[in-house]
Amino acid sequence: MTRLTVNGTPMEAVSDPGTPLLDVLRGEMGLTGTRFGCGLEACGACFVLLDGQPVASCTTPLSVAEGRDVVTIEGLAPGDELHPVQQAILDEQAGQCGFCLSGIMVSAAALLARDPHPDEEAVVAALDRNLCRCGVHRRVVRAVLKAAGEVAR
Amino acid sequence: MNEQLTERVSIGPDGVICVIAGKVELGQGVLTALAQIAADALGADLAQVRMVAARTDGGPDEGLTAGSLSIQRAGPPLREACARVRAACAAEAARRWGVSPGEVTVRRGEFRSGDLTATYADLAKAVDVPVEETPAATGTAQSVYVGTSVPRLDLPDKVAGRPRFIHDLHLPGQLYGRVLRPPSPGARLARLSPPPEDLRVVRDGSFLGVLGESEAAADRALGRLRRLAEWDEHDTLPDERELRTFLRAGPHETIPVCVADGEPPGGEVIEATYSRPFLAHASIAPSCAAARWNADGTLEVWTHSQGVFLLRRALAEVLGLDVEHVAVRHVEGAGCYGHNGADDVALDAALLARESGGRPVHVRWSREDELTWAPFGSAMSADVSAVVDEAGSVRSWRYDVWSQGHISRPTYGGRPGLLAGAHLERPWTYGAAGDPPPQAGWGSARNAEPIYDFPRAQVTGHRLTETPIRSSALRSLGAFMNVFAIESFMDELALAAGRDPLEYRLDHLSDPRAREVLRRAADAAGWGRPGLGIGFARYKGYGAYCAAVAEIEADYDVRVRRLTLAVDVGQVVNPDGVRNQIEGGAVQATSWTLKERVRFDRRAITSRDWESYPILRFSETPEVVVELVEHPDTPSVGSGEAAQGPVAAAIANAVAASIEVRVRDLPITRDAIIGAIG
Ligand code: FES
Ligand code: FES
Repeated sequence: MTRLTVNGTPMEAVSDPGTPLLDVLRGEMGLTGTRFGCGLEACGACFVLLDGQPVASCTTPLSVAEGRDVVTIEGLAPGDELHPVQQAILDEQAGQCGFCLSGIMVSAAALLARDPHPDEEAVVAALDRNLCRCGVHRRVVRAVLKAAGEVAR
Repeated sequence: MNEQLTERVSIGPDGVICVIAGKVELGQGVLTALAQIAADALGADLAQVRMVAARTDGGPDEGLTAGSLSIQRAGPPLREACARVRAACAAEAARRWGVSPGEVTVRRGEFRSGDLTATYADLAKAVDVPVEETPAATGTAQSVYVGTSVPRLDLPDKVAGRPRFIHDLHLPGQLYGRVLRPPSPGARLARLSPPPEDLRVVRDGSFLGVLGESEAAADRALGRLRRLAEWDEHDTLPDERELRTFLRAGPHETIPVCVADGEPPGGEVIEATYSRPFLAHASIAPSCAAARWNADGTLEVWTHSQGVFLLRRALAEVLGLDVEHVAVRHVEGAGCYGHNGADDVALDAALLARESGGRPVHVRWSREDELTWAPFGSAMSADVSAVVDEAGSVRSWRYDVWSQGHISRPTYGGRPGLLAGAHLERPWTYGAAGDPPPQAGWGSARNAEPIYDFPRAQVTGHRLTETPIRSSALRSLGAFMNVFAIESFMDELALAAGRDPLEYRLDHLSDPRAREVLRRAADAAGWGRPGLGIGFARYKGYGAYCAAVAEIEADYDVRVRRLTLAVDVGQVVNPDGVRNQIEGGAVQATSWTLKERVRFDRRAITSRDWESYPILRFSETPEVVVELVEHPDTPSVGSGEAAQGPVAAAIANAVAASIEVRVRDLPITRDAIIGAIG
């Protein structure tokens, strides 16, 4: 049994401690908003916040999350609310297939928590571990800058 | 109970109008655009229209969602079906109220005559004439949604992280499957050690798979299976450093695109050769499918295929089933840019589910399988030559392009064309890739015919009829390469003549829409400044017009700072949707142009992950500016593939303009630039 907090709720995971956190979240916990893209820590689709830091859940074993705080895309904002980054992505229509977006929004939320006034360069740097194949990068950057304005207000 | 008014439209008692379009969402936003068309033709509120994913059991067969044709092809019949539904309901209202149908209006889903009102839900119940026989409502319905930037209908789910992708599908009792692909394309299973009892192995010839109770269990099982298998391997691939020779070696099918009579005129001859490597789809999600065999022998399949009906036929053939016993339903996947692994993984799921004791099986490929086994866009090479007059204008043009074919979709050429089929005990080998016919816009020769008014042009395609590397449709097919080659060469001709590349093009171009698009892009980009590059094409010769201007930074590494594009797609259904498609196409084309190349040795594909097949990152992505040149009275054409070729050419031409290095072989990497300097 592994104890951890997921989206603010204390949980006990029964999967083998060596199981990738991604599989625990998507499988055992039914939180499918976190995506599998590569399993190689190379695309960012599976990013979650671990104690506030974006990490690749595909290569993070459950045991590493023991006693720690995990936040997934479903928990970026309380209940049915949207995090300002999520709202800004919708406002800017910064998505095509949307498969990359969960991980991107997790990276962006971590950035804004750390630095509520990032400039464009900081946003780009914070998202550089996330891949998007549909090419919505510039819309995403615009959206995150816009969300920063909201967060700062 | 929903009232089924046509094959495409049914109306529920709650007033929700379900529309099955037969086209599928590939991340391009087509369902939103079709919902706009449907809502306007119905006179309905967009919020009451629900788009239903394509399916073989209870949806129209509209073939593939491909070729930038969805709005052009699916729009008109959908509009007509919806207009008939509107007319039938209006007629019912008129009958009820004792007025003439002409006195009934409909707005936002409400029918009205004077003070009398009725809804779709009220009227649909009573419509008893077959709607197909009702004449479509006359006059154009009010355009409320068409032409406006309606937000994407699928995005809220995706932004909130709600289950929506096929990867999230969970059928009751579902098992998870993995396939152990051979280590290389020519490999055959030599030996399989007896699997331990707790390992649920499925084997058919060289096809090997395992089942597990969870994703993680399936992954672990796959690791154990890998250690039990021994393979016979052979070298079957060409030399990646000699693709030019490989593509020219034949055997070929010769494709006459433009045939010129007589001898070319005299004058100075200028010539050049261009190439592109094999390219991968490299979707951000690996391919995925689910399948369930029922006790009565029927098969249900969930897929992100571009063509559920074609896939159904291919599956039925490999599995020896009657097509009527196979149901194939679309569920959204990640971005699809052509014929990727979506169809292949559906067969994997069906083969694994056949051995699962009736439990459904959900299969997801690995990143490595996705990058090494899905079909590639073919490598290509082209020779261009021109005879020019004293002013440097073209008197005669000659173009020859060599390529593997660009289509090997399911059922193409009479074969199922599914990957696992080739590995079965009784194999269904996949054939060589072919090309679409001229009326479908060619394949290897797509956009090989120049749009310019050359007095004489000879254009020939040469398609390899043996294809050791599996190739099929990738966004824009041969157009990416052909436009890159033609538009690079136009630049070379302009520079040789000491003329401005934009003016040089305009001097050879009479099509007014083409001229307008070129000028708009140039003006918006501030043409005339040093270092800019331009590229232009009309996709397929009859699709969207698109011109691109690139602004770059280059020393040995090229960075694209800004792309300015002008595009004319005729009537625009959703302006922001078109912009998003053009922006995305431009960014992806930048990635192809600067970074991408499928790597292989003589035995296996070696670009297996994001390090060995790098794609453009946030820090490398250019700003993209899109100018829409509106022609509201001209029929809509698709926008998804229009930017690919023009962007490649614009970047290459900007490199030449900035650092005076002409790179003719893609991708334009540091090595390519050093190589071109010689
Ligand atoms: S899936 Fe974890 S980084 Fe790609
Ligand atoms: S929107 Fe499709 S990968 Fe980013």
